Formats: sequence, C-alpha cells, structure tokens
Amino acid sequence: MIAIDEKLDEAAVPEPTMAERTHRLTTRVIVYGILIVWAFICLVPIYWTVTTSFKAAPDVMRGNLVPFIDFTPQWLGWRSLGLSPETLFNTSTVRGEFTKRFMNSVVVSLSASFLAAVLGSLAAYGLSRFSYRFGPMKNKDISFFFLSQLILPPVVLALPFLVLYKELALLDTRIGLILLYTLTVLPIVIWIMRDQFKAIPVELEEAALVDGLSIWGAFLRIVLPISLPGIVAAFILSLILCWNEYFFAALLTSTEAKTLPVMVASQTGSQGINWWSMAALSTAAIAPLLIVGIILERYIIAGMATGAVK
Amino acid sequence: MSMEKTAPLDIDFDEYVPPDPIPQSRKRLGLLILAFGSLVLAAAFLVQALYRAGTIDFGFANWRPVVYAYLFWGITLGTAQVLRRGEAGVRALFVLPAVLFVVAMVVFPLLFGLYISFTDWNLSSLQGRRFNGLDNFRQMLGDAFYWNALKNMVWYTLAVLVEYAIAFGMALLLHSQIRARKFFRVVFLLPLMLSPVAVSWMVGKSMMEIRFGPIANFARWLGWENPAFFTDPWLARFSIMAMDAWTFIPLMMIMLLAGLQALPKEVMEAARVDGANPWQTFWKVIFPLTLPVSITAVLIRIIFKLKLADVIINVTAGGPGGATDSVTSFIFRVYRDRSNVGYGTLLAMVYLVLIVVSLTIMLNVLGRWMRGYGQEES
Repeated sequence: MIAIDEKLDEAAVPEPTMAERTHRLTTRVIVYGILIVWAFICLVPIYWTVTTSFKAAPDVMRGNLVPFIDFTPQWLGWRSLGLSPETLFNTSTVRGEFTKRFMNSVVVSLSASFLAAVLGSLAAYGLSRFSYRFGPMKNKDISFFFLSQLILPPVVLALPFLVLYKELALLDTRIGLILLYTLTVLPIVIWIMRDQFKAIPVELEEAALVDGLSIWGAFLRIVLPISLPGIVAAFILSLILCWNEYFFAALLTSTEAKTLPVMVASQTGSQGINWWSMAALSTAAIAPLLIVGIILERYIIAGMATGAVK
Repeated sequence: MSMEKTAPLDIDFDEYVPPDPIPQSRKRLGLLILAFGSLVLAAAFLVQALYRAGTIDFGFANWRPVVYAYLFWGITLGTAQVLRRGEAGVRALFVLPAVLFVVAMVVFPLLFGLYISFTDWNLSSLQGRRFNGLDNFRQMLGDAFYWNALKNMVWYTLAVLVEYAIAFGMALLLHSQIRARKFFRVVFLLPLMLSPVAVSWMVGKSMMEIRFGPIANFARWLGWENPAFFTDPWLARFSIMAMDAWTFIPLMMIMLLAGLQALPKEVMEAARVDGANPWQTFWKVIFPLTLPVSITAVLIRIIFKLKLADVIINVTAGGPGGATDSVTSFIFRVYRDRSNVGYGTLLAMVYLVLIVVSLTIMLNVLGRWMRGYGQEES
C-alpha cells in the first residue's frame, strides 16, 4: 500500500521526460488496476446474488455467471417469493410473510433512527452550548456517559432485556425493538451532532436571542435548518445500523415483530436451501439500502467524516 | 476515549436575556409537581412489587404501567426544572430526555443484569431464579469454550490492523488524482450497506459453497483441489475474518479519506519542496498528521468488531469445534441451547469488564506513544 502511494505522488510531479512518462504510465496502470480489482471484489457478491435469483437449478450447479449468454434468466426465485410478474397480482402467503417482515424492518428502523436523531440532536446541542451540572457530573462527564455506551457490547444487555421485556409485555413487539435500536445508535448520533453544532458560530444564536427568540426558538428556527445535512447523515447511518441489526431481533422477536434479517437467517438455516429463492430474498433484503447508499452516498460519507476529523 | 475533546463553548446567554427573578411560589409549585410525579412512580412500583410478591391482591397484569409512571415522572421532572430554575431549567430540557432514556435503558438493565448473573435462572423451567452466589463464576473458570471464544476475539481484533492497512491504502488511492472518483467511492462504500446476515448467505453459504460456489470454483481453478473453507479451524477463522472485513473496511476507509482530505495542502507542498521522496512523505508527514483520525477509525472498528456475531451465527454456528466462536455468538448459543439466563449474563458481564480494562490500557499506551511520536517529529 505504501508502494502505491509512492508511485502516486511521483505521478503528480509535472516533468515529462521520456523515462518519466513511461514511469507515469506504469503507475497509472497499477493504480487503476488496484482500483478496478477492489471494485470487482466489492461488486461480485452483489452481482452474484442478484443474478442467482434469476437462475434455475442446472444454471446454479454449472456455475453459470453471465445472464443471456451463459443462461436464460428465469423468474424462479422471485416466483417462490410471490414477487414475479405472473404471481404479483395473485394472493401469496409467502409474499404476505415477506411483506410483513419487510414492513417491520421499515417501521422499526425508521422510527428508531428518527427517535435517536431527535433525542441525540437535542442532547448534543445542549452539551455543545451550555454548561450543566447534574450532581457531580459536568458536561465532560455527561458526554462521556453517552459516548461510553458505544463500547457496551449488545450481548451484555441482551439477556437482561429478554427478561425485562417479558415482564413489560414488550417481547416480540415493534416498540420494544424500536427502543433498543434507538439506544444502540444514540451515542453515534450524539457523537456526530456534537461536532456539527460546534462548527456553527455562536454569533448566529446570539443575534437570534437579541431579536427576541427564546433559546428553543433559536435552536428550532436558526440552528436546526443549518445543521440539517448533519442530521440527515446521522439519520442515515442509524438507518443502516438498524436495518441490518440481527442479534437483538433474533433474541427478542418470534412471530409478530420479526424483522427481515431474522427471516433471511431462518431461511438459511433450513435444510436443502433453494438457491434461487434465497438469492431473491437476499436481493430484496439488501436492495433498499443499496439504493439509499447509491443515492445518498454524499451524506453517509459526510456523517462518518465529521465524527472522524476535528 | 479519544472522542472526548474540547470543553463546550460557554455562551453567556444571560447577557442578552436577563434572568427573571423566580418567585418563591413558582419554586414551590415546581417542587410540588415533582413530588407528585415521584409519588406516582413510587406508588406504581410498590403496588406492582407487592402484587407480584403476593402480599396484596390487586395490581397490574404486567410491569408496563411502571414504565408509564416513569415517563410521567420524567415530565414532572422537566416541568419542575423549568419552574424552579427558570432559564437554566429550560436549557436542561435539551439533555434531560436523552439522559432519562439512557438511564432507563442502560443503567437499570445493567444493574439488573449484575443481579441475575449471580443466579441460576433457567427460563424454560418453572422453578424461576435461584441465587447461587459465585457458582456461575466457578463454572465460567472451567468453561474451555468460553476461554476459547475470548482467545478468538483477540485474533479477530488483531485482524483490524490488516483491515486498517487495506483501508488506508484504498483511502490513499481514492485521495490521489484519479478519474471516476465518485464511481469508485460509491462502489467501495456499498459493502457497508449490506446486512451481515445477507452477507453470510451471499458469501459464506453460497459463493464459498464447496460444490458450485464461484469462489470455490476459482480456488479449484487456482489448483486447490478440495476448497473447504470451514473445516480447518484456522481457515474457518480466516474466512469469517475476511467476510467481516469485506463489510467493514469501507467504514475505516471513509474516515481515513476524510482525514486525508483535511490535511493542509501547504504541508504537502513543503515536503515536496524539501525534496522528500514519497516514502518519506508518507511516514514523516501523512502518517503522523492523520494519526488522530487513524486512532479514532481503529477504535470505532474495534468497538464494532467486539460485537461480531451475525456472520458466525449464520455461517459456522461457531464450528468447527468452537474454532470460530466469538463471545457474542457463544453466549447466543449458550442461551439457545440451555435457556440459562444467569450463566449467559455472567459471561457477558465478564466480557464487558475485560473490554473496559483492555481498552483503558490500550488508550493509555496509545496516549503515551502518541506523545512520544509527537516529540520525535517536532
């Protein structure tokens, strides 16, 4: 990796002698070679899953890879989910099951991310602007209290929650999952938003206060609109983590509130997996986030960048 | 933690909004409201506890009303803050909801967990919980599988360094002058979007499938006759590491890329003018300057790594012979197989203590080392 960097920097030196030029050409080839290989590594599993959902058994066994050339795409996998063109308008129990899990995932991850964004932004704003004293705890300790949740592995809370939720009648409910997911992403939201708010000049709010707005008014009408990109970034990061969460969902849900990852996992475990239907299911499970990732890539990167760089 | 940085900006809002003198009656009203809220919470808790213990014969079907009482108490606490402390109380409302939420969701369950880790509590038996002192702890000391899982976690965590090297390399490439940068950035980010469960089917169960998975075919083409990825302990561990790395390298890559983009251009120019070769530029300029970002990225990655379970549960279920077990996947199995909440919780608690201790040591060593590095450079 260091060797690459070395060549890169040389490539940027603008002195085109003959030797330099061949040198530059080779570095270009190496750089793009590595980039393309890595892009390939990133894309192949996705490509494989999507294409396999259109394969029939012989295609899978022969290891055919390219649609239309190696094999003729068929709707086998999607039909088994009730999502192929000819089954789409018929009633289908499998599709009903799938839609239920899908909606659970949507509702749970959206609500948890929203709740975390609200609670986290408020706390982060307070911590970045005012000094507090709750008993012996000052701002620094309160921030640490929130951020230290990051190192808490989910497994520590899992079994106590199992018992507590049973007592609270929250087992196998969406609300139970939403509360837990909010908890797991809250420190990340606070971490990102604290830096966002610190980057906003205090003078803006001071001016707003002079104009007669209250503290909350200044926050809602001035600060919030400015920091919206940061909030969106934190929201999307939370969304990714919640959508993909498996451990808590596997422990705490059974029939009603089961989310998509749990459904995928339970299908994997069963004997004699139909590759095409597993592939279709996996494709359907990853597609929403792939689309989100491609469209909102800018925000995701911005979110992770603010946390990392100060 | 390294995320702990500057003190908050201290705005003197009081310059602009003169604090209203709070009348004594208002303060009293606040106290009264808080007292009422506390009373409701205490009453709800007490009634339910007594009902459960069988002392009284009225109560709720479950503990949920106590949660509502806690919510109500939180509202009265907020109201009391505003009434009694005026402006300062209004400011407290920013942090109060999050604090109350985390206290209810972490502090309380942790204390409860600490208690049940000293009990023998089988959820599927009718006996209920039974306090058994240090029996769980003694059982843990003799549990070879648990120690094995801890040892595996050390290996898994060490793999972060390799991931870091790859992520740094990719970040450097993305930062250099290339065409189609946006395309590569999006593509490199995609694995992070995928759920580990989907990845464990896509890669672990199908692409690495010994008969007709493409990776197995590729390995066969390379000359490996029997590409079984999950039968040899080390190979299985390595396969798990590879899948986990595949999903999470983008996380570090993006943080490092952000760090590289924040580097001041003048410093790079200065290095070039001084005639430093790229190798020197990297080690003397880029690496030291991005060290804080690197440490944050590695730390975050380690934190994620310590939760590693999904892939293991779904691909190998800890096999062969516990070789790929992580602590989380092991406890998951302990619970699934024996439904013993007490023992599983104790294992998790010990794990938490080990994490806190080792992270503290690591951060201390790192801090000392960084200071040393800084002096050497300047």
